[in-house]
Amino acid sequence: MVEVVGGILLAVLTLYAALAGADFGGGLWDLLAGGDVRGRAPRQLIDETITPVWEANHVWLIFALVVLWTGFPTAFAAVMTVAALPLWLAVLGIVLRGAGFAFRKEVEGLRSERALGATFAVSSLLTPFFMGTVVGAVAARRVPLHARHSTLAAWTSPTSLLIGGLFVGVCAYLAAVFLIGEASSRGDARHERYFRRRAAAAGAFTGALSLATLVELHHSDHALYHGLTGRALPLVLLAGVAGLAVLALLALGRARGLRALSALGVAAVIWGWGVAQYPTLLPGTGLTLFNGAAPHATLVALVIVFAAAVLLVGPGFAMLFWLHGRRMLESGAEP
Amino acid sequence: MIHVAGLLASAQEVVPARAQMATTLGFHIILACYGIAFPTIVLAAEYLGLKRSDEVAMTLARRWSQALGVLVAVGAVTGTVLSFEMGLLWPGLMRRYGAVIGLPFSVEGIFFFLEAIFTGIYLYGWRRLSGWAHFWSGIPVAVSGIFGALSVMAANSWMNQPGGFTLRAGRIVAVEPWAVLFNHAALYEMPHMVLAAYMVVGFGVASVYALGFLRGRRDRYHRLGFAIPFVLAAVLTPFQIFVGDTAARAIAGDQPVKFAAMEYVAHTSRGVPEYLGGVYSGGHVYLGVSIPDLDSLLVGFSPHTKVTGWDSVAPVDRPPAPTLIHLSFDAMVGLAFLMLGAGLWALLAWRRRRGLPEHRWFWWLAVACGPAALVAMECGWIVTEVGRQPWVVYKLLTTAQAATTNQGVIASLTAVIVLYAVLGVATVLILRMLARRWREGGQDEEIVPYGPPSGGTPPRPLAGEGA
Repeated sequence: MVEVVGGILLAVLTLYAALAGADFGGGLWDLLAGGDVRGRAPRQLIDETITPVWEANHVWLIFALVVLWTGFPTAFAAVMTVAALPLWLAVLGIVLRGAGFAFRKEVEGLRSERALGATFAVSSLLTPFFMGTVVGAVAARRVPLHARHSTLAAWTSPTSLLIGGLFVGVCAYLAAVFLIGEASSRGDARHERYFRRRAAAAGAFTGALSLATLVELHHSDHALYHGLTGRALPLVLLAGVAGLAVLALLALGRARGLRALSALGVAAVIWGWGVAQYPTLLPGTGLTLFNGAAPHATLVALVIVFAAAVLLVGPGFAMLFWLHGRRMLESGAEP
Repeated sequence: MIHVAGLLASAQEVVPARAQMATTLGFHIILACYGIAFPTIVLAAEYLGLKRSDEVAMTLARRWSQALGVLVAVGAVTGTVLSFEMGLLWPGLMRRYGAVIGLPFSVEGIFFFLEAIFTGIYLYGWRRLSGWAHFWSGIPVAVSGIFGALSVMAANSWMNQPGGFTLRAGRIVAVEPWAVLFNHAALYEMPHMVLAAYMVVGFGVASVYALGFLRGRRDRYHRLGFAIPFVLAAVLTPFQIFVGDTAARAIAGDQPVKFAAMEYVAHTSRGVPEYLGGVYSGGHVYLGVSIPDLDSLLVGFSPHTKVTGWDSVAPVDRPPAPTLIHLSFDAMVGLAFLMLGAGLWALLAWRRRRGLPEHRWFWWLAVACGPAALVAMECGWIVTEVGRQPWVVYKLLTTAQAATTNQGVIASLTAVIVLYAVLGVATVLILRMLARRWREGGQDEEIVPYGPPSGGTPPRPLAGEGA
């Protein structure tokens, strides 16, 4: 039962990364879209793509937090204590991004639109980066079990910073790939090319950072490195192959299968991390899935709740994405 | 020694941590009310619009849903802040009781999902979904809003009446999920909050149109915009007073010290007087009206009912600031009767003339009901949260033990106050701007450039254009 709940946590994190990650990446491309005139069209595409779905995608984060604190309360409390500062900054990013995005649609006047748009775009960077550093702090064994204070050292190790950058890269990569599909479904060849170039750049950047992270782990963290190149090797290879396949499809100018392959690559990385670390919960502390889990009845309840969520929420998401894909949902305002 | 030093450190951080929790919860709860109750009001307008081909009702529904979109987005992010704060401010609570209190939150997750998914469909489906299909896409939003609120209230009421688990040597070793979800306090806290949400939103939206009425905007649009939310809130008010009265009596038994602070009961005794208003200081109640025996009568329907005073526990186990708790309680109850009066006035006018009251005083009263409902709801939260102190989990875990041991909460508190002030002002400005745009433009689409996508089907005529 413990493994099932651990799997649920990884699954929820995967869905959050794949779905909300693309929404965060949209903010990055909004930021880099250039001036008011040049950036207008891509910004509008990004806006229309994100608007009806970002709140639903965001709920995966809430669900991940709840599964973590309910299923593995000790680990949750330790992470929340040691990595308090980057988590506060990630929360700041979430608030500014959501509010900036929602307000931008409704305001009039270029100046306020520009200010709110910049808030939305810059804060889209904050959240993935700092969340990445927190994951890095866990992976780099910098989260002690009974720490009473947060430390800068916990989340500023090279591993943490690399994973922070990797998170930003993954968001940008996923967003660009999703936006290719969006542009292609609208028959918008110009933006299809536009995001194809960006997807390739972000893919190359993310791939390079992944390799750099592996090299860094080889130097600093043998246990995780051995996990990744041992038990989790098939998943690591799958991630690499999926990434290369996406780059190949981009070079060939194909649109079909891009989204699924890019999401598969990201999922393989997350599950690879999970498998490499299994059964450790907080590396370096001796806290495992088995001695750090909630009582049996709570775990059973979590599994039932997750099953109910899949049954109820799954069709809802399918309907939302189907309607959105057929452009039945309109964001209304121009960005 | 280390243990003592740790306790001292956490005792220092608990004050700013409580202040931050109060600020963020007090802010979010307003938006949460709109998430819970506003969809029902929007749907009521859309139902009238569809059923009677009523363009005015349809316009109201479309405009309200635009305001709902802004409020739901801000509510989604301020709610996320609270989720993080459970760990960032209260790691001691989560470490020990996460496996228990997490259960209602996980159930809430499902409803939050459904709410967000169907909000996306409802808010952005106005143009391309057919009338009734669009209406039905909003029903899950309203339903999951209510059930989400019930789940969160299950968690809060569990903190007041913790149960459903076995503790051995400071560790949770067994959990009974049903007993956690349906704890004793949930029975009265759940309906109390859902009704409060409907009153806050109903009276709140109605007060905007009441103000317009006083400014001479008396067309059917403003009357309907007033009537739909006002009637809903006014009808629920007597039920809320009944639920609140039941809750107060239950608290007298469940959490007697909280009740003692609410009613200034210093010593356990019979024939306890009811104080209306008043400031408690050094064993005396100043400036309050005392009604003999009434408190005993309200608690047990007899003037001889024994009411437990706060002298039943040691001073460290009593909540701070009984004056704050008592005055908040009195304000909540008093404002509830003000709102009841507004509803009765409207009822009399309806029975006499089949119309809304015309007297200016009624409309000023209706304007006041908006802030009144909001203040009453916030006062209720002050009563239940401050009244539970020094406990975070009643009689099991103190708030100081639960607080983070990290220093620097004062920094995040400062940041939160600044950020939320900006967020609050911005939200109000945006809503006012929308209202101005609606007044000036008449037709939303001319000002908000929707720009139908090329090659798309034309928008449906009835709901899409508002003309």
